[in-house]
Amino acid sequence: MQRSVLDYLEESAEKFPDKIVFADDKQKVTYREFQRQAKAVATGLIEQIQIGRNHPVVMLIERKIESLSGFLGVAYSGNFYAPIDYQMPAKRIELMLETLKPKAVIVTENTRKVMEQVRYDGPLMELQELQCTPVNQKLLDEIADGRIDTDPLYAIFTSGSTGVPKGVLVSHRSVIDLIDNFKEEFGFDENIILGNQAPFDFDVSVKDIYSTLKNGGTMYVIPKMMFSMVARLIDYLNEKKINTVIWATSALRIVENLNVFSKKVPEYLRTVMFSGEVMPNKVLNYWRKYLPDVMYVNLYGPTEITCNCTFYKVDRQYEDEEALPIGVAFKNTDLFLLDTDRKAQVGPKEVGEICIRGSSLALGYYNNEEKTREAFIQNPLNPMYPETIYCTGDLARYAEDGNLMFVSRKDYQIKHMGHRIELSEVEIAVNALPFVEAACCIYDTNEEKIVLFYQSSEECDKELLRQLGKNLPKYMFPNRLEHFEKLPLNKNAKIDRTWLKENYIL
Amino acid sequence: MREQLLDILNDLRPDVEFEKEKKLIDDGVLDSFDIVSLVSELNSEFDVEINVMDLEPENFNTVEAMLELIVKMQEEG
Repeated sequence: MQRSVLDYLEESAEKFPDKIVFADDKQKVTYREFQRQAKAVATGLIEQIQIGRNHPVVMLIERKIESLSGFLGVAYSGNFYAPIDYQMPAKRIELMLETLKPKAVIVTENTRKVMEQVRYDGPLMELQELQCTPVNQKLLDEIADGRIDTDPLYAIFTSGSTGVPKGVLVSHRSVIDLIDNFKEEFGFDENIILGNQAPFDFDVSVKDIYSTLKNGGTMYVIPKMMFSMVARLIDYLNEKKINTVIWATSALRIVENLNVFSKKVPEYLRTVMFSGEVMPNKVLNYWRKYLPDVMYVNLYGPTEITCNCTFYKVDRQYEDEEALPIGVAFKNTDLFLLDTDRKAQVGPKEVGEICIRGSSLALGYYNNEEKTREAFIQNPLNPMYPETIYCTGDLARYAEDGNLMFVSRKDYQIKHMGHRIELSEVEIAVNALPFVEAACCIYDTNEEKIVLFYQSSEECDKELLRQLGKNLPKYMFPNRLEHFEKLPLNKNAKIDRTWLKENYIL
Repeated sequence: MREQLLDILNDLRPDVEFEKEKKLIDDGVLDSFDIVSLVSELNSEFDVEINVMDLEPENFNTVEAMLELIVKMQEEG
């Protein structure tokens, strides 16, 4: 029985020692060497600090394969990694560190300077140095013996409605459940060549990284720039013979928006999977027109149930205006729709909240019992023994053909350019600025813009965005700003969101 | 034309000093979503059709480079 994702690496490294496992635009690494690096990092962590077990280690990541040896290194040490993008604003990094209280932060030569701006007095360790530690196999064997599959593997942060990001803690077991399902359901084998688009602090990349390790495949990290300056994207996919992509819906949309296939098409693609937000059939039809023989899979699920809980293999034609199903639950995952009170299941054709039961459930939000209790609850359909389900906050209903159809969110959370954002987190950041008197955000779903309404003595869009950049990543920036000397209030003396919506958003 | 372009850019990203930036793409100042909006705006405002093969960093790193691209496209038009 596999107890950890390290078993994936162990097995593949034995079968394919000299095969390239990961590559980016500057570096590539074989299975054998990657395994050695990860073990060296683990040995370094254990020998240099009293790290213990099941503690968080932050990995300040760049879009480089080096970061991955840090991830697996932390796992070999018996602890879990929390990836944080080195380009995150320093204030936001501080919030994450406050939640995690990590045993160490791993930096690179490049990212070390970021930590000068961040309040943190624990150990800082440099990845390149850790990688040079002589491997102490005996030490690592001892740790392996004590490992169980419900030990945490990683914590990935998502936007939080109270202004503090939440760290979703995921176990080895959940990732094994997901990756084994992917292999079986989509027929992955050692010939898989993945083109990674998702950043490593985004859980979409979990599927890339561990599908590669599980199957003995190869993963290429596609340079980020190729998704805006797309002239070279197709050449890149062809040159590397990439046959599988698991991308954010927004990445597929960019390809359609910029009409990337008008000059050249990918020649090796067999499988295209997408998730993160609703896939418009207009975009998918563009892909299907140029690449009719590819298997397209719509994936759905929040980070809290380990990437995805449903899938839909696109098996018929769709009009541009039709909605694409999110499909059916993966094996070993139970999905049901609960009513507003989360007390009972809804009727056969009614809309309800998607709730999940199974090994895929995250362990909870790290160091946040309150938020964990809100979303991870006792199964209301089973009062007889402790059994946790996760309530997604997503509303859905079943279509005639048995496929699940996504309807909307239950709350203020939005999906914007593939990122999950709590609008209140943006509001809190804006309201914290000294020159802003009041503010609120509304999402314009047609234009796909976060619209900010703010009250201040004078218009200050530029200054506001600049200040916001110290607290929020760019993807959380409002896309349209409306200045008011006085924001309209409703009869409860609250900002009149309804009026704003009616008058400013069509 | 320069004014018109700067208007579009400032509308798109009020937080960026476009006249000062020399590596809008290489430094990642403009991301893929900015580029998608920008290309569609440029196409309609200047009546050009920016082609996928024109989407190279050297055409978008500076305001000047973008102007050159637009002029070239209009002449070819």
